[in-house]
Amino acid sequence: MAYSDKVLDHYTNPRNVGTMDKGSAEVGTGLVGAPECGDVMKLQIRVNPETNVIEDAKFKTFGCGSAIASSSLATEWVKGKTVDEALQIKNTDIVKELSLPPVKIHCSVLAEDAIRAAISDWKKKNG
Amino acid sequence: MANEAAAGVKLPIYMDNHATTRTDPRVLEAMLPYFSEIYGNAASRNHEFGWVAEQAVDTAREQIAKLIGATAKEIVITSGATESNNLALKGVAEMYHEKGNHIITQLTEHKCVLDTSKRLEKLGYKVTFLTPQKDGLISLDDLKAAMTDQTILVSIMTANNEIGVIQPIREIGKLCHEKGILFHTDAAQAAGKIPLDVIADNVDLMSLSAHKVYGPKGVGALYVRRRNPRVQLVSQMDGGGHERGMRSGTLNVPGIVGMGKAFELAGQEMAEESKRMLALRESLREQICGQLDEVYINGNMEHRLPGSLNISFAYVEGESLLMGINDIAVSSGSACTSATLEPSYVLKALGAGDELAHSSIRFGLGRFNTQAEVDYVANKVVDVVRRLRELSPLYEMHKDGVDLTKVKWQAEPAAH
Repeated sequence: MAYSDKVLDHYTNPRNVGTMDKGSAEVGTGLVGAPECGDVMKLQIRVNPETNVIEDAKFKTFGCGSAIASSSLATEWVKGKTVDEALQIKNTDIVKELSLPPVKIHCSVLAEDAIRAAISDWKKKNG
Repeated sequence: MANEAAAGVKLPIYMDNHATTRTDPRVLEAMLPYFSEIYGNAASRNHEFGWVAEQAVDTAREQIAKLIGATAKEIVITSGATESNNLALKGVAEMYHEKGNHIITQLTEHKCVLDTSKRLEKLGYKVTFLTPQKDGLISLDDLKAAMTDQTILVSIMTANNEIGVIQPIREIGKLCHEKGILFHTDAAQAAGKIPLDVIADNVDLMSLSAHKVYGPKGVGALYVRRRNPRVQLVSQMDGGGHERGMRSGTLNVPGIVGMGKAFELAGQEMAEESKRMLALRESLREQICGQLDEVYINGNMEHRLPGSLNISFAYVEGESLLMGINDIAVSSGSACTSATLEPSYVLKALGAGDELAHSSIRFGLGRFNTQAEVDYVANKVVDVVRRLRELSPLYEMHKDGVDLTKVKWQAEPAAH
């Protein structure tokens, strides 16, 4: 299978790999996917409580190259956005940016889910 | 590829010899005249061109037969092991349908045996798909228990293409013969790698392939026993009645010559070559397993083809691993690398769990691999697995002492 240059770039140099303290009130954690499906993404955001701006994002992903690239890209995109803006990110945007083939669309769906799960976790803590 | 020269290897490295092998230069040399000056049809009985071609085919048939302890008249030439397996199963089912309608096989067979069996089921035959044990070996007790007075055929492969596990075909054949059941074995992966003897091994039908043994693609054979018992088949390809009526179609003379030469070489070099393969395989295994935690060998290590190694790297997904080692040709059981988007059905049948199936890599060592290549592959795999584990939330959870089997996973995302 041929990968787009952008997928290869994110795979080779993944952005924002890491882990934040999931106990912190400012941190929202999303863990989506399942090992038996071959994809698990963990995406974390740290939100400024004054401005609701996502000031930092980290990820770790178990999955194929497209899954790694989708989550790496997601962390880049959410940084600097407000929580509401980040919720506007659609999986189709990720598909377009990374030129994902049809069999890899589920990777982008999972990345969108990871963003939503992280935000929902943060909202729950700060509800 | 800056370290290519330093490592003393030429990239990319081919280590996927279960998929296919490079044609041995000696085989190619033997084949070449049959593409040009010796071009007759082996079925042309009335002129010199045909006689020469037929002579070449006869010689090849002897060479093929010799490797498995058969006689030349028992070798039916086909286009490959897929066709041989189709012919064996369908041909026996059709010929012996009045005797019984039951066939026994196993879940880890090659797709061409499984799908042929499923087609026969649709035609009204009953097929038992045995589940192998966790190490990939079939249980003889299970096999015995599955046999009925309606059973006409047992089809169990000699060695598996994904995990290299060698089945106890001699004992299986003995069980079959005690019950008057025919025994077919797909030996595409095993022939030329381990000693085979159709008489001692109690085999009635054996599928063979040339390109798995350094011969050309597109040619194979089916051994069909002629004595004790005499096996009959209904041909599945109608036409000019070639191959004693069992497989019509003009013979692929260059391919057959190549298969003969490849089988002859395999017979001559097997003892030494298998030792060398085993040493390389063990070196690869020790280097990888010695440097990484949480790696699992799939399949029995004792009853295994010498050049075969299948490893699951827990917490790392197979396709992403292949991406990282893209200067090495190997295969993965990951769903992402298969056409069906399902993880390896062979590893699933072993009860490995889908997550380990997704994380598996098959290494297939062959005649042309070197120790320098093994060292390069081992180092590269170790590096990439370490890097991907740094990225893996599962490895992190494992290290934190989380029991991943107890986590409530949010399975497939909802459709958007």
